[in-house]
Amino acid sequence: MTSTVQAPAATAARGATPGAVLTVEDLSVVYEVDPPVTAVRGASLTLRRGEILGLAGESGCGKTTLAYAVNRLHRPPARVASGRITFHDVGGDDVDVLALGDRELRAFRWNKLSMVFQGAMNALNPVTTVRAQLADTLRTHRPGLSRAAVHARSRDVLERVGVDPARLTSYPHELSGGMRQRVMIAMAMLLEPQIMIMDEPTTALDVVVQREILREIVRLRDELDFAVMFITHDLPLLLEISNRIAVMLDGEIVELDTAANLLAGASHPYTRKLLGSFPSLSGERGGFIRSGVDETEEDQA
Amino acid sequence: MTTVHVTDLVKDYSIRSGLRRRRLRAVDHVSLDLVPGRTVALVGESGSGKSTIAKILTRMEKPTSGTVEVALDDGTPVRGPMYLRQVQMVFQDPFASLNPFHSIEHHIARPLLIHERTRTAAQTHERVLEMLERVNLTPAETIAPRRPHELSGGQRQRVAIARALAPGAQVLIADEPVSMLDVSIRLGVLNLLGRLQREDRLAVLYITHDLATARHFSDEIVVLYRGRVVERGPADAVILDPHHDYTKLLAQAAPDPERGPERVTAEAVIDRDAIDNSVCYDHFLGEWVQAGTPAARGARAGRAGQPA
Repeated sequence: MTSTVQAPAATAARGATPGAVLTVEDLSVVYEVDPPVTAVRGASLTLRRGEILGLAGESGCGKTTLAYAVNRLHRPPARVASGRITFHDVGGDDVDVLALGDRELRAFRWNKLSMVFQGAMNALNPVTTVRAQLADTLRTHRPGLSRAAVHARSRDVLERVGVDPARLTSYPHELSGGMRQRVMIAMAMLLEPQIMIMDEPTTALDVVVQREILREIVRLRDELDFAVMFITHDLPLLLEISNRIAVMLDGEIVELDTAANLLAGASHPYTRKLLGSFPSLSGERGGFIRSGVDETEEDQA
Repeated sequence: MTTVHVTDLVKDYSIRSGLRRRRLRAVDHVSLDLVPGRTVALVGESGSGKSTIAKILTRMEKPTSGTVEVALDDGTPVRGPMYLRQVQMVFQDPFASLNPFHSIEHHIARPLLIHERTRTAAQTHERVLEMLERVNLTPAETIAPRRPHELSGGQRQRVAIARALAPGAQVLIADEPVSMLDVSIRLGVLNLLGRLQREDRLAVLYITHDLATARHFSDEIVVLYRGRVVERGPADAVILDPHHDYTKLLAQAAPDPERGPERVTAEAVIDRDAIDNSVCYDHFLGEWVQAGTPAARGARAGRAGQPA
């Protein structure tokens, strides 16, 4: 897989890493309000095939804005001010995402790269059934498919995410939050994309349900080898599931390293601060909370 | 100093679907004690009854049966309007719990006046500034005239804490006080609660779904599952040595960076449907007891007055 990407990569994307499926170079996104806000500032990252890349940061740091830019979802006043986004197709072609025309963009989205949105539980259409929503996607992107094939594929994806295919006839309100989230993930993998962007996919869920869904995501990734960009503020969770983690602060990626390296010794002070914000579940009982109060820590809040 | 004894609390909600009505038991014979200087964490998933208990304790809901007894140090029972002077709540969402039309000073002055803590305007103003300083909102003079939208989430939650303490409350019910806040400021707010608790010897009920902070921030953990207490004990014992299947499931589900990606898929899954909430493991007694039934008389004797 890696060898097919290497040859054309040399011509199109400068410095594309072998095995990369997405390269973001020096990306900046500006909200043209008064005064203009630079939400993402010179962000560069590479997503490798089959990798889970965590994107960590607090509210307002630009992580969702970055994800939207990769999917070309920004509308004015948001504007991609500079940078390049290159998608390295499994067939060896490189796609300049920012240069895609309307029709190419429609064909690209969901087919090559799909997204599970923040609050995905509310992203389903309340007035149509799960079946209709899955079929809609399939008919748009795979017009040649027969009815039977559409039905079979819909059943198949639901089974993969652990939802009983009998739920195809359900309306979203008839499903629990965790099930709706699974349906959204099923919808995102319907066309077997090479990249799935997940924006806080489990934030609104209970820890137990969250764990079930994470387990599902990791299992599906192992099975289907897509790459995941996983966005959340929950750093302990990222440390557990991702291969590499990018930490964002005020629109910039301040640190990008493997999860193991970050845990062993983060170099950026902000990363260390984030890591220090989570008491360990099973480790030493943190004297820092119960005993002496760290006044500086309190003041920063 | 004030002690709260909750005994056999039951709360039923009636749910109407079409013409039929059915009863949902949100809280099923829950007993717990809040004593000065100790923090009890109440953990469980959404719908387990955590917030219902908080609402009953702060008199926003009436229990179907069971008692909440609040007593001062000398044994005087706290009744009627005195109750909310002693028991106050910090809500989950600091963006919703403060009135956007009123200044910060107003939010803290109201409880001071209602509960007759201060008499003159000058006295009230001085007291407001004092309260703001106690929760590290400094300089208090510049914070007091501001409105909630001018403060960050963490600052607003500090205002909510100051408001709760303004009537002189000795019992604090904190319902997910940091879950709406950014991660890097959560510890700051929890540290603040911890400091106030030590300084004033407050009795605190910390409601959360975050096991890690429950363990570090509290002395005792009570695990709630479908309205019943399924495990209780000292914080470390419950988290590090869980006995009940549901607690094990919770502990497994909580993110723990020391585990690698392989652990995510490798670990054995506990069957949720098989979880039995009719039994409860009590670490203080060191034995299994019945859950969802009236508390045994001896059970309390073992718990009350546990050293912090």
